[in-house]
Formats: sequence, C-alpha cells, structure tokens
Amino acid sequence: MSTITNSIFTPATAARFDHLVTLYPVKRSALVPMLLYAQDEVGYVSDAVVTEIAQRLDLLELDVRNVLSYYSMLRTKPAGKYNVQVCTNISCMLRGGYEILDHCKAKLGIGHKEVTKDGTFSLEEVECIGACCWAPAMQVNYDFHDNLTTIKVDEIFDTYRAGQGKDVK
Amino acid sequence: MPTLVSHPDEVKVLSRRFGQGAADIDKYLELDGYKAVQKAIAQGPDNMATWIIDTMKASGLRGRGGAGFPTGLKWSFVPKQSEKPKYVLVNGDESEPGTCKDHVIFLHDPHAVIEGTMIAGLAIGSKMGFIYLRGEYRYLLKIVEKAVADAYSRGFLGKNIFGSGIDFDIVTQTGAGAYEVGEESALMESLEGKRGVPRIKPPFPAVVGLYGGPTVINNAETIASAPHILLMGGEEYAKIGSERNGGTRLFGISGHVERPGVYELPMGYNLKKAIYDVAGGIKDGKKLKAVVPGGSSCPVLLPEEIDVGLDFDQMGKAGTMLGSGGIVVLDETVSIVEFALRTIAFYQHESCGWCIPCREGTDWIKKTLTRVYNGGGNKKDVANVQYLAENMMGRTFCPLGDAAAMPTLGFVKKFRKEFEDYIEGHKAGTPIITVEQLVGAGH
Repeated sequence: MSTITNSIFTPATAARFDHLVTLYPVKRSALVPMLLYAQDEVGYVSDAVVTEIAQRLDLLELDVRNVLSYYSMLRTKPAGKYNVQVCTNISCMLRGGYEILDHCKAKLGIGHKEVTKDGTFSLEEVECIGACCWAPAMQVNYDFHDNLTTIKVDEIFDTYRAGQGKDVK
Repeated sequence: MPTLVSHPDEVKVLSRRFGQGAADIDKYLELDGYKAVQKAIAQGPDNMATWIIDTMKASGLRGRGGAGFPTGLKWSFVPKQSEKPKYVLVNGDESEPGTCKDHVIFLHDPHAVIEGTMIAGLAIGSKMGFIYLRGEYRYLLKIVEKAVADAYSRGFLGKNIFGSGIDFDIVTQTGAGAYEVGEESALMESLEGKRGVPRIKPPFPAVVGLYGGPTVINNAETIASAPHILLMGGEEYAKIGSERNGGTRLFGISGHVERPGVYELPMGYNLKKAIYDVAGGIKDGKKLKAVVPGGSSCPVLLPEEIDVGLDFDQMGKAGTMLGSGGIVVLDETVSIVEFALRTIAFYQHESCGWCIPCREGTDWIKKTLTRVYNGGGNKKDVANVQYLAENMMGRTFCPLGDAAAMPTLGFVKKFRKEFEDYIEGHKAGTPIITVEQLVGAGH
C-alpha cells in the first residue's frame, strides 16, 4: 500500500507507482518513468505532481525539478489533448519534414510549442524520433505516423478531431 | 508502422524472425527461441561463462551502437568476484539521427533482446538486467514489457532459470527525451534517476557502473545478436562478415533513395552497392551529392568516396565511421549549408551542457551557420566554424562533442567552396540576423 494518503493520481496510477519503486535496487531509479507516466495522466508535470513524486521517492522537490528540466519530453505547461510532434531532423528533412511542419502550422494555426484555442492540438518540432527509413514522420502523443504527405496529415488530424485516433499510453 | 523491406543480397541472421509474429512467445519458441540460453546453461555452471565469452570473441561481433568495441572482450573485462551486484544494461535509447534499426528489433523480435540480456547476464555472473528504451518508443516499450511478462509467466525469467539454479530478473525502463542518454555513462545516470550527464572515465562501467556495481552496457542490436551467435557458433558467424568484423548488421538506409528501409547486410558489404542496388539508387533519377554513412555524427562522404566496405576498419580508413549503421543519402538538390546547420542545431539542442567545449562550441557553430544561412556570413565564418569544431575534438567527458565536431569538419572541409559561394551569393540586400533572433532560432 502506498504511504501517500491523498494521492493526486488515479488509483491505477498510484498502484503502478507503488509497484514501480519496488523494481529497482534504488527507489530514485523510478523518477524519470514516474514523471512521464504522471504527465500522461495529468497532461503536464504540475507542482502537485512534483510534490507527490518527491514524497514518494524521498527526494527534495529541487531534485525532482532538476531532473525534470533535463528531459525534453517532460513539460511544465499543459499541451493539447493531442500533441503533434513533427520530426525535422536530417532524414525527415530530406524527405519533406519541413513541408510537413509548415503544413501543420498552417492547418492548426499554431507554431512550435503552441496549443490550439480549443485545446485539441499542440504542435512541436522535435529531433529524430527513430523513424528515419519511413520519413517524413511525426508522433501524435505516442503514436507514430510515417511516410507522411500533407494529405495524410489532414486525414490524421481529422481522425483525431473525430476522437478516433489511437492513444498509445 | 514501419514497412519491412527485402533484398536478395541480405543475409538474414538477426532479422530472420522479422515479420513472422515473433513478438508472441509461442512463435518465438517455434523459431528456435530461448534455445541459445539453454545451450549456454547446458555447458554446466563451471564452463558456461567461459564458453559464452569465447564464442562471442570468436564471432568477431563488435558493438553495434557505434563504437565497434569487441563484445566478447567487453564481457571478459567484468571482474568475476564483486562485492556489489553486477548488472546488464541494454541501450535502446536509439536517437542518433538516421538510425531506426533498434526500432525494428523491438517491434519484431523483442524476445531476442530478452534472451540476449540473459546470455550477457550468465556470461558476467549478473542476476539483473535493464532494458532501456527511449521515451518516444512507448508502443515498443509496451511490446517489450509484454514479452518480459510472458517470459516470466513461462518461468524463463525469475528464479532458477531453465533449471540452472541461477536467478535472473529483467526490468524495462523508459527515457524521456535526451540524445545524450544514449552515451553509456549518461545512460546509467538516467537509470539512477538523475540528469543524463556523463561520468568521467576511468573507472569504466565494467568495473564501476550502475549503482556502483560492475556493468555491461550493450546496444540492443548487439544484445539481440548474441542468441544467434551461440546457436550458429562464433566461427560460423564471423565467416559471414569481413576481417575483424564478424557477422551482419542492420543498416538503415534513408534520405534520397528509391527504397529506404532497414536491411541486414554482411559486414564489409560495399556502400555503393548498398545505396544503388539494395536501396534502389537515388530517388527520381537524381545525382548523388553526398552520403552520411553511419548516423549524423559521421563525417560526410563524397560520391567518389563511397566505393568502400561497410565495416568499422574500412570506414575508418575512408576517414569516416561506420557508426550506428544509419546511412543517409543526399541528392544534388541538397544545400550543404542548410544540412550542416540542421546537423549542428541538433547537437546544440542535445548537448547536456556539462562540458564547456561542447556546450559553447555547438552553440557558436550553430549561431555562425545560422548567420551564414540567413545571408549575413563572411568568408572568415567558414574558418571560424572549423576552428571551433577543431577545438571541441577530444575535449569533452563524452563523445557528444566529437559527434558534433566531426560532421561539421567534414562539411566545411569537403564543401568549402559551396560555403564560400553561398556566402558570396547571399550577400546583397539580405539582413544580418540580430543576436536576439539567433538566440531564439530553432528550438
């Protein structure tokens, strides 16, 4: 059982965290996955997330923030419900990654690290996501989309907007 | 979903189960799964470790992450007696631009990684392994997690594996977006719940690694090769490759080719053939301009330099590296100025900031190339970029500084005239970018 009495997480996530800390020789090893899983649930790493994780791992909040600020996937502000991450690194760039990014910007009406007014989408230009041979590629939350064209991007947005997109977690 | 490709010149060792549903444990077992680890255990408790290490040494397998260090030798460095527990750490933090081979392994053959981890554990006398995947690979993490859970439920992991009396556990771990964590000591820091900054060496991980215990860290492809090597025999595996470069390798060919994809080719396979035959040549019949042969940190090759064998030694002789096996092909339409800027922008973004030459060097090269790209460059800038890059080389804790400097030097040396022509041609009427714009450029 968790030593945390009033967890901000759902019972399933709280139980997952209770289990996670038991896996490693040192509790702190659970920090990076915990921050990411907490973000998956809350939408971002909020102050309350930092506080509870610090408590769970017997760390200072400062230790948690120190780690939090290092990893590019962790954010301290809410993103859209669907965070669109377009790769523009070399392999994607050669096959039109920037055209895809520009198309996303125009289509969603937002720029890098911005969120649409209705909160449905946010957009990020990201570094290599490991889909080089199927470029250009992007991720929507954790779901990969590759061999992109602007038409395919439109279809993907429509799918998510209709609530039919995959939500890998 | 990554599409699988095929070519007659491929030698399918590592990829032989791809596309056959081997993520399912029953399918994996049907395709000789978990036979290698049992073969190792059958050597008996006294001979097992020596037998594994000797077989790995005979195989000529060299680290597939990029450094090319002989795997058997690496495993032999771990002290037999240790007060602290020993660990196996599988590096699946695949983030070198141009590289997506581990992606395919985790997707199609996750049990090979698990079995390889067990084999490494038996070789060094470790009871615990970690499989670390980059945070972006969440769907792959789920595949690997399921594979690990299935292996536990069959009793292949946990207590007394295959009746050997040996316990072995595997924990999967996710990163959260950091190229630097692909460096072995930064990987250990990250797994210990810290910022992914490198550790000074020595001591090397084989002596003082994860949680201070002796640790073997191998790339996921290296680890996944181990079961195949034990089953076919080290000598047989070595024969497939070239001299001192045993076996096969997954090469990811991307960029301007007709058939991009991950192909398994024997070590030493000709790079030109890989591009023109295997990957179908340059896209849309255009002319080849340059090749970045092993991920973005490898110095660029010109078209006249690509008639070379894809192994660690031949690529080294050609003045570049085999790296991570990610071959990025550039056609005649690519601006090297833009490509060099995009490359350094990546390293600037990913520098962890621990070592000043890397933190400042990548930033100033990016600033200078941004100015050049925006039309505000002058001829001194090219020499300046070269000077900066040369001063980063060998002056950082980890190889990220070198990884940023090497391709930069390749671009400015081999395409110097293009840089100079670009600077000359983009002068008139183009504004010089302000410092504020530069600081805000890119990410």
